[in-house]
Amino acid sequence: MNAASLNGIILTLVTFLPAAGALLLAFFPRRDRDIRWFALAISIATLLASLHLPWHFRNGDMGFQFEQNVGWIPLGAGEGIRYHLGIDGISLWLVILTTFLVPLSVLISWKSIQDRVKEFFILLLLLETAMIGVFVSLDLFLFYFFWEATLIPMALLIGMYGHERRIYAAIKFFLFTMIASVFMLGAIIWLYVHTGSFDFVTIQAALAGGQVDGIATATKWLFLGFFIAFAVKVPLFPLHTWLPDAHVEAPTAGSVLLAGVLLKMGTYGLLRFNLGLFAEEARRNAPWIIALAIIGIIYGALVAMVQPNMKKLIAYSSVSHLGFVVLGIFSFTQAGVNGAVYQMLNHGVSTGALFMLAGIVYERRHTYEIKQYGGLATPMPVYATFFLIITLSSIGLPLMNGFVGEFLILTGSFQAKAIYGILAASGVIWSAAYMLWMYQRVFYGTVKNEANAALPDMNGRERVALLPLAIAALVMGVAPVLWLNSIDPAVARAISMRQNQQAVSGGVTTPLPNVAPATLNVPQVTGR
Amino acid sequence: MIPAVDYIRILPEIVLTVFGIIVMMVDPLLKDQDDRKSLGAVAAVGIVAAIIATVYQSTYPGTSWWGMVRVDNFSIFFHIVVLVVALVTTLMSFEYLKVQNIRHGEYYGLILFGTVGMGLMSSAVELVLIFIALEISSISTYVLAGFRRRAAESTESSLKYFLLGSFATAFFLYGIAMMFGATGSTNVGEIARVLQNDAPTLAYVAVALMFVGLGFKVAAAPFQIWTPDVYEGAPAPVVGFMSTAPKAAAFAVLLRVLFATSAPGWFWLIWISAALSMTLGNMGALVQQNVKRLLAYSSIAHAGYLLVAFAAIKDTNAGISAAMFYSASYAAMNVGAFAVVSHFASTGEKYVLLDDYAGLGRRSPLLAATLTIFLLSLIGIPITGGFFAKFYVFSAALKSNLVGLTIIGLINSAIGAFYYLRIIVYMYMRDERVSTPVPRVPVALGFALVVSVVATIYLGVFPGRVLNYALESARMLMQ
Repeated sequence: MNAASLNGIILTLVTFLPAAGALLLAFFPRRDRDIRWFALAISIATLLASLHLPWHFRNGDMGFQFEQNVGWIPLGAGEGIRYHLGIDGISLWLVILTTFLVPLSVLISWKSIQDRVKEFFILLLLLETAMIGVFVSLDLFLFYFFWEATLIPMALLIGMYGHERRIYAAIKFFLFTMIASVFMLGAIIWLYVHTGSFDFVTIQAALAGGQVDGIATATKWLFLGFFIAFAVKVPLFPLHTWLPDAHVEAPTAGSVLLAGVLLKMGTYGLLRFNLGLFAEEARRNAPWIIALAIIGIIYGALVAMVQPNMKKLIAYSSVSHLGFVVLGIFSFTQAGVNGAVYQMLNHGVSTGALFMLAGIVYERRHTYEIKQYGGLATPMPVYATFFLIITLSSIGLPLMNGFVGEFLILTGSFQAKAIYGILAASGVIWSAAYMLWMYQRVFYGTVKNEANAALPDMNGRERVALLPLAIAALVMGVAPVLWLNSIDPAVARAISMRQNQQAVSGGVTTPLPNVAPATLNVPQVTGR
Repeated sequence: MIPAVDYIRILPEIVLTVFGIIVMMVDPLLKDQDDRKSLGAVAAVGIVAAIIATVYQSTYPGTSWWGMVRVDNFSIFFHIVVLVVALVTTLMSFEYLKVQNIRHGEYYGLILFGTVGMGLMSSAVELVLIFIALEISSISTYVLAGFRRRAAESTESSLKYFLLGSFATAFFLYGIAMMFGATGSTNVGEIARVLQNDAPTLAYVAVALMFVGLGFKVAAAPFQIWTPDVYEGAPAPVVGFMSTAPKAAAFAVLLRVLFATSAPGWFWLIWISAALSMTLGNMGALVQQNVKRLLAYSSIAHAGYLLVAFAAIKDTNAGISAAMFYSASYAAMNVGAFAVVSHFASTGEKYVLLDDYAGLGRRSPLLAATLTIFLLSLIGIPITGGFFAKFYVFSAALKSNLVGLTIIGLINSAIGAFYYLRIIVYMYMRDERVSTPVPRVPVALGFALVVSVVATIYLGVFPGRVLNYALESARMLMQ
């Protein structure tokens, strides 16, 4: 099969390969070893299949690529619900991030999951399908479907394989996201009723063209409906309270995917829907959203600093880092939004790795308490090295991936308003403080606790799981252009849609490339 | 001389009655210790035959029996829903009756006769016939509710259901009388014609009274008080049956009477009842420890969601089809949920508390997974019928600009997620305290579960066909 004919179905293939694997797994004999290998094989196969995407991605093309658009559920008149997949430069890398993290999550769960192994990997693979589906859906309904579908496996992963307070955490996680997404459902139904379509591109065009009845009064509520759903997922201060609980109680693989991918679904949604559909409204609401983001950055960092629990510290650092992403998105600048997308990927890599690292010592000592450790660098030198690389990546050391993202976001927010940049920049300092302090307490000094003296260092499997992440952190820091080349046009388009809408509503009248919705195919990027 | 086609138009009812009579006549010939499975099998065959009869009947649409019975897409739709529920109930009763040590063949007979009434309810276009059909179905379910007669709560259930149900039918009958007084007719089509010209005050009173009667049958607030007690006491398969089939039939009547007659002044009645049912049902369910009571309260909430579709009068086609779709998917998922509950309940329905469900995910993974599917559908998670049911209802409501009611509904479905989720949490995340026995799943029950799961998933993945059928029916109903 040549590449061209594969292009039309590659997204379906990547999306449903894990689910097909999960289905096969359900009929597998209960031999834990085979199950693990099979899950690993499927997730690697998915990763390999997904690599087709960046390989054949046309960077200059601002529209959606690898589209597949067929009828799914007819709804009376109109086009009904369609099975419409497609990716642009933003979703491209989020898909890769997902397929990249899942095999590593399988590896890291190899030994730590001993009970109900089959169910665990089935849930993990189902989760992968749902997560990829979220990023590739261009039909609002399909998007909502995958969005909700991530909830169940994740809640079960937390509730069945988590730690002591797992049930509480699982229920809290489920309810927070479920209740929030109900508002999004309401908004989606409203859009369907008033535009007769679920198609993202069609709705975007209809909204930008101002052809929707009753939109004037509804925009505010629609924006909020989507916003609440995404803000809870991000999580934006003050809706973040489910996150530390969920992270601390989740099994390692759950934490990795929760931080690595699920939170990105929130920021992705903000970018794709809140900005993509209601740009004008987004701009109007930006000040308070940015305020919340900045509070989140600083608050998350301060709370992280005082955590005695390693996993909780990482969880709160996520609140802080995701604040950066939201700030970047709502800065509405090319640099800021580029940075936000880049930071989503960075955070997936470095926080995913941090949770894996935390899981590795947990497996040995069954505690996340920082004060239980100390001097670990002596018995576990390789581990300490990996941890250091990731810590540096997380705090944004130059030439590491975190630096690029934070730098772009700060640049963008300075451009938007200096004060945003100044306040957010302080978050960088805080994050360096709490991460390095934790590192110092865990790894340096002498081994005080007897139990730590003879801890085995990382074994081959654990190294295999973490090496790709460390490499990714370095490469993304040194050669961000590999990623930004494809992110940039997509971001330019997201921002140009905004100008387009302003032009309609009588604001800025920047002449724009003629945005023909369905086949947006503009070779040259404006606004760069 | 009655033309043959008249008989075809009540063919499913004839088939069911014949099989019901066979069951009743063979029952005394069986030995006392026989477990009556054979009679159940006869009943199941009868229901399958009735389904075939319904499909056959669909090629002969029209009105018969002096304008009392009307076969159209609408009636076929509800016939199928009711019959499939009856089939699933019969299949799951085989094992249940044996476990509960109930050896009365008339159980199956009553299911068949009750189904006759429900079938007639969906095809009758004459208020008097609707009343008779309602009574046929009600009396069967009153008796069925008391079938665990050695258990005090079952007797209480039956008595309560009977007494309150009689009141409700009396209200309904009174409403019919008033409608006759107001319009001079008891024929739905005729009434519609008269009311189009002018609606006397008496007609409003009649509609209100009829709504009281039917509101009781569908357990819509404020006529829902009986539901938890009755559901708690009645045998689990019967609860599955009576929380779905008679409800679907009563909703069919409501749709015909309210929409087809474009009866006056019912909008606010429905609006308030819908909002109340959703809220009271969900609030009640939140605090339940008994799974049967929990599902009883939740069924009140579901009646509320369904009524939201009724309130969508601006786009009646969307409203009617959404209500029909909801009835079908609710029937599938709820009867399925009760099939699992009745299996877990064991002798004397000992194990119906949430605590008894702890750890079931480990001991009985397949059954637990099945129940999870039904519960997820009841929550309204995509790819299940329950999701599309809610989706169609709320989009119909938004089409009619019922923003307030939609928001109440959406918030309520979020609340609903909590208590359904609790059952899943107990099954998968808690460890059992006492080891409750989980018997093997017998073939008949397995088949019943497969039917329910397939229906629930089918409605969630390919809802288009069913919805289009419902839309078509709605269009015909409004002609």
